[in-house]
Amino acid sequence: MALLQHGALQPNNWRFVGDDAAIPAEEPVTVSLKRWQAEGETLRGRNTPIGVRLKNDEQALALGEDVHRLSLIEVEFPKFTDGRAFSQARILRDKLGYQGELRGIGNILRDQYLYMTRCGIDSVELPEGKPIDGYLAALKEFSAWYQPASDGRVTVLELRHPAKASTRRSGATFISESVAAHSA
Amino acid sequence: MYRYDEFDATIVQERVQQFRGQVARRVAGELTEDQFRPLRLKNGLYLQLHAYMLRIAVPYGLLSSKQMRKLAYIARRYDRGFGHFTTRQNIQFNWPQLPDVPDILQHLADVEMHAIQTSGNCIRNVTSDQFAGVAADEIEDPRIWAEIVRQWSTFHPEFSYLPRKFKIAVTGAPDDRAAIRVHDIGIRIVKNEAGEVGFEVWVGGGLGRTPIVGVVCRKFLPKEHLLSYLEAILRVYNLLGRRDNIYKARIKILVQATGGDKFAAMVEEEWEKIKNGPLHLPQAEVERIHRYFAPPAYETLPDMDPAFETAKLENPEFARWARTNLVKHKVRGYAIVNVSLKPDGGAPGDASADQMDLLADLADEFSLNEVRVTHHQNIVFPNVRKRDVYALWQRLRPAKLATSNLGFISDIIACPGLDYCNLANARSIPVAQRLSRHFSDPRKLDDIGELRLNISGCINACGHHHVGHIGILGVDKQGQEFYQVTVGGSSKDDASLGKIVGAAFSEDDIVPAIDTIINIYLANRAGKGERFLDYVRRVGVDPFKEALYGPATARRPAAE
Repeated sequence: MALLQHGALQPNNWRFVGDDAAIPAEEPVTVSLKRWQAEGETLRGRNTPIGVRLKNDEQALALGEDVHRLSLIEVEFPKFTDGRAFSQARILRDKLGYQGELRGIGNILRDQYLYMTRCGIDSVELPEGKPIDGYLAALKEFSAWYQPASDGRVTVLELRHPAKASTRRSGATFISESVAAHSA
Repeated sequence: MYRYDEFDATIVQERVQQFRGQVARRVAGELTEDQFRPLRLKNGLYLQLHAYMLRIAVPYGLLSSKQMRKLAYIARRYDRGFGHFTTRQNIQFNWPQLPDVPDILQHLADVEMHAIQTSGNCIRNVTSDQFAGVAADEIEDPRIWAEIVRQWSTFHPEFSYLPRKFKIAVTGAPDDRAAIRVHDIGIRIVKNEAGEVGFEVWVGGGLGRTPIVGVVCRKFLPKEHLLSYLEAILRVYNLLGRRDNIYKARIKILVQATGGDKFAAMVEEEWEKIKNGPLHLPQAEVERIHRYFAPPAYETLPDMDPAFETAKLENPEFARWARTNLVKHKVRGYAIVNVSLKPDGGAPGDASADQMDLLADLADEFSLNEVRVTHHQNIVFPNVRKRDVYALWQRLRPAKLATSNLGFISDIIACPGLDYCNLANARSIPVAQRLSRHFSDPRKLDDIGELRLNISGCINACGHHHVGHIGILGVDKQGQEFYQVTVGGSSKDDASLGKIVGAAFSEDDIVPAIDTIINIYLANRAGKGERFLDYVRRVGVDPFKEALYGPATARRPAAE
């Protein structure tokens, strides 16, 4: 699988390692939440980037302060109708203040990609060679936003009441650079 | 009413373009029907038995005369000259062609309308009290909050792929005309002991296969926190609602499984973390929206209008209609006028393009350019001077829009049923038509008094049969259409679910069965003051069972 990130299809250097498999020393890998919780002490000591793959029914909050030690968190869209990962992403960004890469994996359709970026997801896994024009176009289909989300886009409310904007934005949510670049 | 500013207009216009692209991709075969389905559903486009059906949002039931005229235009040009007003205050067209839909949406956008989130597993069109802003019993106008919720829920990035559909209703009056207790979230404007106005929030109500009256999630919510509180409820639901079984996926199942108190505690915990964040409502925005709903410049009029009183004395038919179809207005000398879309033998909620045009003209002439759609599938002129009521009635009457049956047995709620819907087990419309013809004698209606009769063509309960004083549910028995009857339901502040009287009736037997039920009530009620609903609550279902199926001893168990 390749990655759609920073507006282009990129090679994916990461690999998920199952709970029973050995973790390679040099390669960036993600592990399950269960494994992270059991072997976190050891995994933290590695000199190679480490990440966690969060299942749909697992609580993002369970990662707690550990998120700041992770370079990647993967959230799953097992089918495109399953929207739990949207909430998991927002909890990771807004509540835990996670600033690393947040990746959507699974059934990623262009018509959901915009919502994913709004929820703070900044990379998605796509099949190798998948045309990405549609995905990039989907990000430009809207130019105004009613809700504050996890992408730092200026909302309609802030545009309507500019005086409020500075105070409201100080409580700010994390702004993903790649998302900001996309929306520019 | 609310008018779009540049941002609202931009969002709706961009949605038209986006959907145009999605339709083009489907027509070109780039999208499979499976991939297209959730996209079209989020725009209210269903594939029905014969054709596509397009459901257009009428936010909290409010329509300007200009918008009503546009609906008439769409009915003529893209449908067969009709539209169907629904129990969610929306309108449906049953015969649009897929390639035309983007153009229809453009026509709608031109008059600040859309079909956004009228279907699909997302937050649906917000509904409210059809008398909002003009009701005499209102604490505060719910439309401001309905509009705030509409904007927040439109294209919400986190809550567009929920486990199941999600319906929110808002009411501002103690007399609940918005059925908030049978919604996923029901919002009631209330005043607390300190005299502050805020919200009582209900959660987990709903009809469908598992009808449940909701529970209070929070007794008093300060206004400024409305959106953060809703976001907390939705987040808990999005993460924990069941996704393994479509019939167990509504929030009501989660609330029941978790327990109301525990669910409320989970919401509270989530809300504490976000309530002072960016969803905190700025007062300036509340005031901005409030201004759109400022009361119009009412004339100072005497409460009693001599011409109106004389007309009633001289014309008994008008007097009867005025008695059944008018509701007290908050301003002296004005009336709220209800237009029944349930003529004898008609399809409940249907209006022709000509009728829509007439309603638009009459709104301009008599009701400050505005009409409302009710969840009982009727139309309301909210602001009519009493002195104009007779002239208005004279114009409605030749168009078959002056049926005087509001709140009576022939004011039937019915879903489209098997005539249109591919989920239905039985037809609803012909049963409604036969019942309304059977109960068309005004003296008979007056004798029966207040009675809500609701019909659903299948267990999904779009016709709200569970909360009808009498409910009729279409079922399939070995390929035959049968009708199960319940009694004792209500969607009001005394919300309750109807109880089944016994085995279902055939198509031929359903009207006589309802007649039997009515006769039992008329013969045994404790005077005219005891409404049908009160009678059922007093005596239960047994007298009806006995009359319909014979004495209990003689009944075979199968008849239960």
